[in-house]
Amino acid sequence: MLWHELLDAFLGTLRDIFPIVAMILAFQFLVIRRPLPDLRKVALGFVYVVLGLTLFLVGLEEALFPLGRLMAKQLTDPAFIYAGELIPDTVDWAEYFWVYIFAFTIGFSTTIAEPALLAVAIKAQQVSAGAIGVWGLRIAVALGVAVGLALGTYRIVTGLPIHYFIIAGYVVVVIQTIFAPRLIIPLAYDSGGVTTSTVTVPLVAALGLGLAETVPGRNVLIDGFGLIAFASLFPIMSVMAYAQLSGYRAWRQRRRASQSE
Amino acid sequence: MNSSLKALARYLLGSLRDLLPVIVVVVFFQLAVLQQPLPNLGQLLFGTLLVVLGLTFFINGLETGLFPIGESLAHALARKGSLFWLIIFAFTLGFGTTIAEPALIAIAEEASEIAAQAGVIGASLEAQEDYALGLRLTVALSVGCAIVLGVVRILKGWPVHWMIVGGYVIVVIITGFAPRDIISIAYDSGGVTTSTITVPLVTALGVGLATSISGRNPMIDGFGLIAFASLTPMIFVMLYGMVVH
Repeated sequence: MLWHELLDAFLGTLRDIFPIVAMILAFQFLVIRRPLPDLRKVALGFVYVVLGLTLFLVGLEEALFPLGRLMAKQLTDPAFIYAGELIPDTVDWAEYFWVYIFAFTIGFSTTIAEPALLAVAIKAQQVSAGAIGVWGLRIAVALGVAVGLALGTYRIVTGLPIHYFIIAGYVVVVIQTIFAPRLIIPLAYDSGGVTTSTVTVPLVAALGLGLAETVPGRNVLIDGFGLIAFASLFPIMSVMAYAQLSGYRAWRQRRRASQSE
Repeated sequence: MNSSLKALARYLLGSLRDLLPVIVVVVFFQLAVLQQPLPNLGQLLFGTLLVVLGLTFFINGLETGLFPIGESLAHALARKGSLFWLIIFAFTLGFGTTIAEPALIAIAEEASEIAAQAGVIGASLEAQEDYALGLRLTVALSVGCAIVLGVVRILKGWPVHWMIVGGYVIVVIITGFAPRDIISIAYDSGGVTTSTITVPLVTALGVGLATSISGRNPMIDGFGLIAFASLTPMIFVMLYGMVVH
């Protein structure tokens, strides 16, 4: 059974990797017209990519997806929420507070540890000549993802339409864009997409689907998806807010310095 | 051989570090909050092992094979100055990296299963696979277009926020017409597309372009490609939903 799954994933991976390999080789030989610098190393690299992707996809099915659903199921289990108490017919959204706390912690901890974000933060500090701190940016993005996920789970529990939240978020982003320092804007927009890593996406998606399956009255197709969208939108706001805050602090310091003279 | 083993060990530590926060949070909730035994603990541990090994090989392979060539190609094409090849490169880069993106493969499969359960598409395995592949092709196409648009923006030096705000307006308008059950999948696909493979290669292209054109600031003009790549999939997937559902 497992071998069958591995073989299936392996063949699928070959098909998935093919376009990017073909394209890179075509450009290397037909457009740039230079031989590959280290053919053996590159070939080994591609073997590793196919092997790694195969194992990863099978591991997802075996671990991350079941884990996300299981957590959702256990956290929304009436027997857990009303330990020892009488179970009422309808559940108030506030009773699911552990779900929101779980979403918040998963969002914050995975984002703080995200290597892609660290790379972007270091680059941003260099280019902005120290105005944007590495830790400040990382905490801003992590808080954004955490709040986004917590709000996203709240939306699944209540079943409110997702586009109200996203459109309201867009309005906030547009207003912030008018006032934020110009330098931070492209970085802030990018940080939304960067944060959702390969490990986080499946786990968070499974959490959302599990919630929609277990919370009474929810439709999996309509309510189950959407957590990733929240996790990509909120960092945009928090990064711009961080830049506005540090800009405001610098401005106040300058004013104080000029007053004391 | 010894050095490549060392490299593998380093990547193994890296992927363990990626998973560590997830494991810590889940274990904490299991022990302190839920206080329930985990069913299928063996299967979960085995799957986690596969994820760690898979990530290790995957990232190692990317960094020894794909990234050096991709980055040198991006720089070479940015210097070459041929608009035609640059645009073709931008499109195929966006398309090729997105088709291979692991997170997108996972989500598309999940979405097709759920769409089949909900009766939106046929329940046969074939119909599900068609739907998942269609979803991925749609997203890949949209990322290809996004990177082309982003490259043209860097060449012309247009401000990024006007285009993003314009994109938001389009998303809001299409949301009004899209079937309700595709909206959340469409919104999610924006964040899913840009991860392990796409981000490094696309960022290399953007920063490479902005550095090789005089009068461009890498901070302002180099970033922003990812933002386009997370916005256009929403629009394209909603259109896909209007056609399929």
